[in-house]
Amino acid sequence: MKINLLPIVHLVLAMVAAPLLSGIINRTKAIMAGRRGQPILQAYHDLFKLLRKGAVYSRTTSSLFRLGPIVNLAAIITGLLLVPFAGCPGFIAFDGDLVVLAYLLGLARFFVVSAALDTGSSFEGMGASREVMFSILVEPTLFLGLFSLSRLSHSLSLSGILYASGVTGWIIGAPALVAGTLFVLYLAENSRIPFDDPLTHLELTMIHEVMVLDHSGPDFGLVLYGSALKLWLFGALFVGVFSPDLTEAGVWIREGYALAGMVLLPIAVGIVESSMARLRLLKVPQLLVGAGALSLLATILVLG
Amino acid sequence: MTTVLTAIAIILLSGVLSLVLRRSPAAASIAGVVGITLGCFVGLIPVASSLITGAVATLQWSWSVPGGNFSAGLDPLSAVFLFVIFAISIPVSIYGGAYLWPDRKESDLGIAWFFTCVLIASMAMVVIARNAVLFLIAWEVMSLSSFFLVMLHDRKSSAQVAGWTYLVAAHFGTAFLLVFFILLGQNGSFDFDHFAPATHTSLLFILGLVGFGTKAGFVPLHVWLPEAHPAAPSHISALMSGVMIKMGIYGVIRSLTFFGPPPEWWGWLLLGIGLASGVLGVLFALAQHDLKRLLAYHSVENIGIIAIGLGIGLLGMSFNLPMIAVLGFGGGILHVVNHSLFKGLLFLGAGAVAHSTGTREIDKLGGLLKPMPWTGATFLVGSVAICGLPPLNGFVSEVLIYLGALHGGTSVDSRMAVAGAVTIGGLALIGGLAVACFTKAFGIVFLGQPRSEHATTCHEVGMAMKLPMVILAAGCLVIGLLAPYAFGALNHVIAQVCRIPLAAIDGVFVGGTGPLYRIMLVFSICLGLVACIVLLRLRLLRGKRVQESGTWDCGFARPTAPMQYTASSFAQPIAHLFRGILRTRRHYHEPAGIFPKSAALETHTPDVFRELVFRPIFTGVSKALEAFRWLQHGNVHLYVLYILIALLTLMFWKLR
Repeated sequence: MKINLLPIVHLVLAMVAAPLLSGIINRTKAIMAGRRGQPILQAYHDLFKLLRKGAVYSRTTSSLFRLGPIVNLAAIITGLLLVPFAGCPGFIAFDGDLVVLAYLLGLARFFVVSAALDTGSSFEGMGASREVMFSILVEPTLFLGLFSLSRLSHSLSLSGILYASGVTGWIIGAPALVAGTLFVLYLAENSRIPFDDPLTHLELTMIHEVMVLDHSGPDFGLVLYGSALKLWLFGALFVGVFSPDLTEAGVWIREGYALAGMVLLPIAVGIVESSMARLRLLKVPQLLVGAGALSLLATILVLG
Repeated sequence: MTTVLTAIAIILLSGVLSLVLRRSPAAASIAGVVGITLGCFVGLIPVASSLITGAVATLQWSWSVPGGNFSAGLDPLSAVFLFVIFAISIPVSIYGGAYLWPDRKESDLGIAWFFTCVLIASMAMVVIARNAVLFLIAWEVMSLSSFFLVMLHDRKSSAQVAGWTYLVAAHFGTAFLLVFFILLGQNGSFDFDHFAPATHTSLLFILGLVGFGTKAGFVPLHVWLPEAHPAAPSHISALMSGVMIKMGIYGVIRSLTFFGPPPEWWGWLLLGIGLASGVLGVLFALAQHDLKRLLAYHSVENIGIIAIGLGIGLLGMSFNLPMIAVLGFGGGILHVVNHSLFKGLLFLGAGAVAHSTGTREIDKLGGLLKPMPWTGATFLVGSVAICGLPPLNGFVSEVLIYLGALHGGTSVDSRMAVAGAVTIGGLALIGGLAVACFTKAFGIVFLGQPRSEHATTCHEVGMAMKLPMVILAAGCLVIGLLAPYAFGALNHVIAQVCRIPLAAIDGVFVGGTGPLYRIMLVFSICLGLVACIVLLRLRLLRGKRVQESGTWDCGFARPTAPMQYTASSFAQPIAHLFRGILRTRRHYHEPAGIFPKSAALETHTPDVFRELVFRPIFTGVSKALEAFRWLQHGNVHLYVLYILIALLTLMFWKLR
């Protein structure tokens, strides 16, 4: 009975704790910079404030603009149902669920990009254009990485391919490469440095932030919450690949490992963000192609 | 079986009737629309029963044409393609009735409806023909009737160029098919069930692939497609792009049934063709400025996805892995049905846009969702479906191919695993590019502000054009949400194509239906969540101040329509990334001086294969043939002399 309840617990945990991750990143950056920084729960305050507000809509926009954040959030929550956590299968697990997850993220992207184009703003058009361009490099990378894990673990389901490779497997083998790839994707998909700078709202290099410039009030709250969940989702994928073999371990060890991973990952992101600058926009595709090359290498390793 | 022939006869008769009634455009249109609708409904009955029961019916009449009998047949494979033909023709013809009506003064509607009926009937005939002579006659009638439909607006020079390109391409393909069938029919009979090709199977496969691939639009034989489809009236584009090019796919699958077990390299070849068509099709689509041309290139992409499915299926067959064969062929064949639904829908939507704004230039449109909510909403459904995104039908067929590739990836045979890896990487790239392409098509045309006066003065189309789009959009949603049942309906077809006995099919079929049942659950959760969040948002905004304002453009107070991102600027980064393939031409007139008076930037992306492969060949051929120019004087007397000489030569040759 306990095993059946765990996926629900994990889902609730993700929905509750996700906004905490950005707090951890910001606190790490503040400590690295010698500041005290904003409260670690700042994201929750922002969310509740936004949800209580009214909204301002551009006259240019249509109903699709209002639909964008809704579909985005719904697709990401649905995606979370498929992701295993702490060695325990996702809420729903089946052959090929990794394809469903990637395409749900694609659906979210379609609607965010369309909502951005709906404002008629050249800034948001620019962000939308860059978003789709990076996504065409991200998707094959993600798929090839998951494919190589799938071949290694002889499983077609996310719940079977994550938490499947022991330490010996990933130290030099394909999973290590995939973990590297997933860390790059974690940064790219969640608009972190070196791809994008979540703090610069008014810079021409921004991507995700610029697409949601016109959202306000509850809509913007949904957008922020969606981003928080997406950060959690990619974190859970990374922690799942970068995992020792936990099949023999007890529930508490597994949970402790996964939670520690989820906390350490944002700290690592904070360190990365404090120690390097955002890449020039033209360099971003090169880094993504580099990540793609890593997952291609992983694929070649498992095919050999 | 006779019911299918009755349906074809009804459609043909209504065509003749509208030709007879051409004096009155109203009567001709009614005869066409009613006849096609009635005929298609009649035809759908035996089709449904053959799909459900797997029944096979054949019919043989002797006729005076040499090379066997007039034989026709209905088996599950024919049925699924007949389903596409009949199901798409109904909404398309209803739409066409309203779409052609404003042209009744300039063009002859009787002729238009006659050729439409002939096209539909000949496609149905192609699919049920079981004799090579009958097949080729139907094939040729199909090509010619669609050629005349492309040339319907032949006063435009672009339509003439498109029509001739199409005619040349169609006969290039038919030439290969002629040799294909002659070689197959070496033992005297051209009936399909007498074919026994023991030798040259690989040569035959290549001949068939080129012949059928030209119709289907495999790269690099696709060059006619982006010319011909935009030139035809929009409902004919929907019929050609949604249905007619699938006859090429039918031909490929049918010809596979003539041969024994496929060698491995056939699968690799189809997989390679599919990947090339998929990636290049969507890349060229992305660089287009004309909405219908963009959709035409997207047909090349989707034909590529179908070919990838067939390739994976063939590899599964040759490695004796029935589950992979079932998933590959199942995904490919289901994508045939799905693509006909959403591509038909998108062409009808593009037609509605062109109809009410007077332009197909994406960069001149914008903000159409407000004046045209129905067209916009259905176009959105079509766009999400064609990108293969959940919860619509495009996703279902793609996920089946993905599943086949993933199963290939875990198989012990490393060559099968390589095929799986290549497929997954390729499909993911195609998927990412398709999202870029359709956020562009939908976003620039329907969202934002109108970019020219074309888009400000438009209005929603009438009921007769709205309804067909709604029907097709509903079809996309139904197949998406009832995915396992849609796939389950194909079990007889797949058993036939993969040569798996029906008793054994359930064991391997579960590889597709099992995940699809779970996917159905995921889709319903996703839709439920959307509904919940919509309600939550309404609840949150209740009693709050909701204001309207200008777009927040980072402090700039007066954003105007020309400042918006255009389709070209949206696609520019990707076009730049793939500039080596696309070879986009730029004509840039730089602004000069302190107060520049004018500046202009124009880009266009011609088809690489047309420019670099076919144009040199055809100019070479025409140069070589110039040597014979002196034979042609326009002098009738000399021509009579030529005829006389030819006849005499023939006579002496016979007497020899």
